[in-house]
Amino acid sequence: MAAAVAATTSSDINSMSTSSTKRSAVPSLSFFKDWTYVPAPESSDHIHLKDQYGLFINGEFVRPHSKRYFDTINPATEKKIAEIADADEKDVDAAVTAAANASAKIWKRMPGKERSKYIYRIARMIQERAREFAVIETMDGGKPIRESRDVDVPLAANHFFYYAGWADKLDYAFPNRRPQPLGVAGQIIPWNFPLLMAAWKIAPALACGNTVVLKPAETTSLTALKLAEIIQESGLPAGVVNIVTGFGKTGAAIVNHPGVNKVAFTGSTDVGKIIQKAIAGTGKKATLELGGKAANIVFDDAPIDQAVEGIVNGIFFNQGHVCCAGSRLLVQEGVAEIVIRKLKDRMETLIVGDPMDKNTDIGAINSKEQLKKINEYISIGVNEGAELYQSSCTLPSKGFFCKPTLFLNTSQSHRLVQEEIFGPVLAVQTFRTVEEAIEKANNIPYGLSAGIWTDKGSKIFNMTSKMRAGVVWANTYNKFDPTSPFGGYKESGYGREGGLHGLLPYVQW
Amino acid sequence: MKNSNALPDFRTSPVVDHVGIEERVARFTTRSIKKASKVQALKLALNMIDLTTLEGKDTPGKVAQMCYKALHLCDQLPGLPTVAAVCVYPTHVRQAKAALSGSPIKVASVATAFPSGNTTREIKLSDTRFAVSEGADEVDMVISRGEFLQGNYAFVHDEIAAVKEACGSARLKVILETGELSTLDNVRRASDIAIHAGADFIKTSTGKIQPAATMPVTLVMLQAIKDHYYKTGKMVGMKPAGGISTAKLAVQYLVMLHETLGDAWMTNQWFRFGASSLANDLLMQVAKEARGPYQGKDYFSND
Repeated sequence: MAAAVAATTSSDINSMSTSSTKRSAVPSLSFFKDWTYVPAPESSDHIHLKDQYGLFINGEFVRPHSKRYFDTINPATEKKIAEIADADEKDVDAAVTAAANASAKIWKRMPGKERSKYIYRIARMIQERAREFAVIETMDGGKPIRESRDVDVPLAANHFFYYAGWADKLDYAFPNRRPQPLGVAGQIIPWNFPLLMAAWKIAPALACGNTVVLKPAETTSLTALKLAEIIQESGLPAGVVNIVTGFGKTGAAIVNHPGVNKVAFTGSTDVGKIIQKAIAGTGKKATLELGGKAANIVFDDAPIDQAVEGIVNGIFFNQGHVCCAGSRLLVQEGVAEIVIRKLKDRMETLIVGDPMDKNTDIGAINSKEQLKKINEYISIGVNEGAELYQSSCTLPSKGFFCKPTLFLNTSQSHRLVQEEIFGPVLAVQTFRTVEEAIEKANNIPYGLSAGIWTDKGSKIFNMTSKMRAGVVWANTYNKFDPTSPFGGYKESGYGREGGLHGLLPYVQW
Repeated sequence: MKNSNALPDFRTSPVVDHVGIEERVARFTTRSIKKASKVQALKLALNMIDLTTLEGKDTPGKVAQMCYKALHLCDQLPGLPTVAAVCVYPTHVRQAKAALSGSPIKVASVATAFPSGNTTREIKLSDTRFAVSEGADEVDMVISRGEFLQGNYAFVHDEIAAVKEACGSARLKVILETGELSTLDNVRRASDIAIHAGADFIKTSTGKIQPAATMPVTLVMLQAIKDHYYKTGKMVGMKPAGGISTAKLAVQYLVMLHETLGDAWMTNQWFRFGASSLANDLLMQVAKEARGPYQGKDYFSND
């Protein structure tokens, strides 16, 4: 084994060609030739969707002041699903006013025990209508039904359950400090986990006694609007949660509104910077959860098959539209060859296609624009000379899809390694020593997450203390729990969501 | 590495992460296998069964009835395959062989002082030779778990190699009895030992110890087979045995096999289910796909 490695590394051009002939003789596995899974689409018969959605302000669905609507489409079919209201400054003003009134008159005076009842009720109603939420999430956003059913919706309900529990225990969360609500929270969420992000934002805000004006992303407003229906049914006092839909301008109107006391934003680093500038000097509190370019680090003593699984979960979960995606693979040289080989074989078994099919592993890219951006990065990678590898799957002719993609032989200086792609594209680098892995993992403007794969406990503790990242997973990846804080270092933002830490941005003393 | 004939240090077998294995297994079980894909899987599973009777109370009468069942799974349903093999004690091999002559069904015999394996090597080898001389096509041996747990890997290895030699042209299935091995790391080591010693198949369990076959254990063994194939290009078969009694579970095993080792293993040459009651549950599902309604248990013969 050692001799073989030495031969390949010291090889000249001639022996390279022999080694490549040898490589073609390497036994290979074939998948999905003799037995394929016939389509198993989740039914959408039980879904109730309106043709047109207004804005949810002061407990009512209202027409937008602008009278403008825009279409939301299914990215897997490119077909229109519904029309969504485009809120302007007047609408945002109405929403913030409603939230401020609800805050002053009802919500901040209500005992925590009473608030928690409403939050529990929302959690239970999400659970009761879990299937409907999962199907709509998948139709509107393109993520596989398996993920919306097993991850997004249950986690969203769990966030409400968890923070419902805190509502009457804030005095114990912050002993001797008498936590007070801030007032109105303006919350802007991204398109990658529409319902889950709404839950992450709304639940702690309500638990701490704040009222909310939330804007979902323009491509994925539907589950937030369905949540508004639940909130209406739950009997939550009018104006405590307001949901306004629209584009960047609507978001800007929320951020700039003088009645907003706190801004919570999850999205791109570019927009995060704009928000940071806009609120400078206003006294508004903020939490920003921005981009990432996480390193998934595989040491040579790692459980290799499980690490490969973790690499797949890290980058191909939700089509790679995950801010904490493990989009950089750092693999120790001794196991690089076997890890890549196993990864390639594993990629052959990923089913790409109709997100509504229960067997689909990788669904549709969220929007045409995002697909364009991903494809631009793939050409950048090719032009930079990195070695492209894509699985042999065939993509549907309609809709926005991207093959699971690897770029091998990349270095820290490749743009592919430095910039966030937000798609199913993994940049693979090798390293030799622990120090090199730490150096490479941290040598990036982002710091949201990291993954460590090793069988050795002491190495895990050493690595986790050296990673400049908000979340470090050991021998797993992309695990989320309401009790665990989540947030970034550096250009990945500041503030924490989830857990006890997630209460802090919503209280003052 | 100086002496290529030296036995590998099996303590350096690849490590296994329990949590990761269970997560992967959970993914396999969420695959939705319907309609044509399901029928294909059900029939394949039927064709992979080692129909088994391994009881102290086995008699020629029992074995005769089981062999008839192996040949005639359900004559009312056209287009069914036969099972892969019947699995019996050595003393019933000759009779089973005669009953199944002219059919593609193999006769497998347990040997080596099944199920405990606690006897001398001499007796184990003569047990094996007897089974083969009676006409067994396949031999299912048990490893010495006591020696394995003491770390005496060379002993376990050499014993398997000796039994393999005694098998002659019969194919050797090596039962690891994973229910007694305690950890997945041990399952991986035992798999590597068996494969290195010349096993044609590795098999989870005797069926006499709980837990018998589980999906996590089987996945670890499939990964050992895969690593061996990567290194050598040689295929090794897999046989989960015991505890797989429903069609649903059998299909989940096939999904796991399919997505771990791929198309080449999807045949009874390389994969078996050791089971006594699985066949009828598969037949119930096949009948349901063909006719519509589910039928009661009494519409399928028990032998």
